[in-house]
Amino acid sequence: MATSGMFGNGNPGALWTGGPVPGQLHNFPGVQNGATKGSSQRTLNPVVMGSSVLGIQFNGGVVIAADMLGSYGSLSKYRDCPRLLKVNDSTVIGASGDYADFQYLSNVIQQQVIDEECLNDGFGYTPKSLHCWLTRVLYNRRSQFNPLWNTYIVAGLDEDKPYLGYVDKIGMAYEAPSLASGFGAYLALPIIRDALEKKPDMALEDALRLIDRCMKLLFYRDARALNKYQVAVITKAGVDLRGPIVSDTNWEVAHMIKGYE
Amino acid sequence: MFRNQYDNDVTVWSPQGRIHQLEYAMEAVKQGSACVGLKSRTHAILVALKRAPSELSAHQKKILPIDDHIAVSIAGLTADARLLCNYMRNECLNSRWAYNAPLPVSRLVAAVGSKSQIPTQRYGRRPFGVGLLVAGYDAQGPHIYQTCPSANYYDCKAMAIGARSQSARTYLEKHLDVFLDSSLDELVKHGLRALRDTLPQEIDLTAKNCSIGIVTKDTKFAILDDDQVAPYLAMIEGEERSTRPVPDETGQRIAIPELDDIPQPMEADDQVGAAQPDPLITDPPAVDESMDQ
Amino acid sequence: MAQLGQPLSDYQRPHQVHFSPYDFNGGTVLAIAGENYALIATDTRLSQGFSIHSRESPKTYSLSENTVLGCCGFHGDVLTLTKTLGARLQIFEKEHNKPMPTPSVAAMLSTILYYRRFFPYYTHNLVAGLDEEGKGCVYSFDPVGSYEREVYRAKGSASAMLQPLLDNQIGGKNQQGYVVQPMPLDRCIAVVKDVFTSAAERDIYTGDNILISVITKDGLKSEKFPLRKD
Repeated sequence: MATSGMFGNGNPGALWTGGPVPGQLHNFPGVQNGATKGSSQRTLNPVVMGSSVLGIQFNGGVVIAADMLGSYGSLSKYRDCPRLLKVNDSTVIGASGDYADFQYLSNVIQQQVIDEECLNDGFGYTPKSLHCWLTRVLYNRRSQFNPLWNTYIVAGLDEDKPYLGYVDKIGMAYEAPSLASGFGAYLALPIIRDALEKKPDMALEDALRLIDRCMKLLFYRDARALNKYQVAVITKAGVDLRGPIVSDTNWEVAHMIKGYE
Repeated sequence: MFRNQYDNDVTVWSPQGRIHQLEYAMEAVKQGSACVGLKSRTHAILVALKRAPSELSAHQKKILPIDDHIAVSIAGLTADARLLCNYMRNECLNSRWAYNAPLPVSRLVAAVGSKSQIPTQRYGRRPFGVGLLVAGYDAQGPHIYQTCPSANYYDCKAMAIGARSQSARTYLEKHLDVFLDSSLDELVKHGLRALRDTLPQEIDLTAKNCSIGIVTKDTKFAILDDDQVAPYLAMIEGEERSTRPVPDETGQRIAIPELDDIPQPMEADDQVGAAQPDPLITDPPAVDESMDQ
Repeated sequence: MAQLGQPLSDYQRPHQVHFSPYDFNGGTVLAIAGENYALIATDTRLSQGFSIHSRESPKTYSLSENTVLGCCGFHGDVLTLTKTLGARLQIFEKEHNKPMPTPSVAAMLSTILYYRRFFPYYTHNLVAGLDEEGKGCVYSFDPVGSYEREVYRAKGSASAMLQPLLDNQIGGKNQQGYVVQPMPLDRCIAVVKDVFTSAAERDIYTGDNILISVITKDGLKSEKFPLRKD
């Protein structure tokens, strides 16, 4: 650092003690901000990132999909990153954002599922309860200025009714019949909402076709997306985690796009 | 004056393998006025007898709300009950805070069990002097649980605790088969009859000394007092009492000799061969066979 | 290589993404206190930037039989604050065997907000209900807990559009010879629909539906009214 050049490696000693520490007077009590605590241990710079997650409710269940790319900046670094986590037979979560934070939280959730299984009392996480828990965790972390840099989509069946919940890194959460995170919110969600408006009681096949169309679209338009993805179908029968699915793509018209060389 | 040399502290065993301090604590439950809990397929109810400590005071509350889906009725030291009640409310609030879901009744009762166990194994501590009947409704249906100062808890089909509650339990055992398919009114009537059996012949249930708690799916636990219990009392008015009241149990007895009395602080079959299964207590769930594979 | 004691150039420094613990999710709430009723209305849009997250997300939260909270701003804080309030009210109800009166809810909300004075809940709040005399009451709050009882108030993204209209239509401001008198409920509901419809024309964060809740001694009644959805 700047002072170590002057004093070598020795301790320069305190310049002035017994008075207010710089920044102390204007700092809020009970809150330590990045300036005083150093931000190196916080996820303020996500590293390996996942892009969109899509979720759609259909008649009798929910589908959720995410591609398998872990981007390192603009580098397509990891091409086999599962971003869907099966929590139990009625709940799946999908994550966008920092992949390490997702893996950390996956470990926590999986351990909690095991702990709960050990109670053997017939109760377990429902999508609604997990969504609420995630909201609290993410909100608490943002309040400590130490966010988990993710957007989560929780999909599942709650008392046999389809459930889809969204929560982002600052604890903003809501439920909706169709959800998308990342670029999917801009590129895919309008298409999904349009399809749902025309056919609110979609069959599973319709939903899967819609998902494939949207994942393909995201691969064409989102530079952080991949045409290899996983889909989880949650119905009364349980969770069916499918994939990796590689969608066919067509770049025939690509040579006609000019002016971006 | 001590009754024997092994009852000074809760950490001292007697040579018979008993902990006298615990058994004294169990006796405290029998000093409290009686409470009855029973359930059908759809409802769990509590019926409790309220006492007024003096002419000048009001009747003490016997059924305390915990959450929208759980309430307890208490017998024993009211002050201890209040502390446990606050603890239980807090647990329920935390469940709603973290999971947006009502706390399963079994988990709440298990938490109370774990909390109650601590002062049964520490030098200088005193076990809770209160027994609870916990009624609740969760995703697995209606529940009645009984907790003891000994930190034991039991999942019950029906149960009665408190002074002279043996008479109520006799009534409950006799009519156990009909509870499951009873309507709410029938269930409350059974509860009131069981409670009335604990009273001496010259005293009867009144709107003042009786309170009723009712819970079912998707409704807030209703606690009825005073005028609200009158219609239910009217339903059993004039009926013949089913049994002769047994003598008062609140005497100077120390140990609990009868096996069919309220559940023992320890597994009875450890001591005297095969125990009689208590018909009011639900059989423990079968162990999942797949775990052994 | 960077020299010790020399400041790092931009490309040598670790890249930091800006983190803000707040966001703005839009929404408008409006409350009017009548003689024997209180009315509180909200739109049902939840947005973030130019995206609409949900068209079915009303910003009113019924706290008890005769108290409703209107709460909008940063939705993460809204969720946390309403949850905290719900828990505090349940504790009160179990301890006192009655729901907390509306004026007390307002006082408690003020302290809860001020508790976070130095990392505030970014929420605009209105409390509507009936006071101890059965009269309609409305309390409005700033995000850090300063509050007062009022007759009518709009809060949230379109508040600056609604409030002048309410001043004119309910407060009788800038109307010559107008005598302010208690407004009948049906007239009040008509005004609310009008002012929200006007606001939805200009404010992208207000739209989809209005949810109007009316609190009287007979309890809470709600009605829905469509707004433009673009």
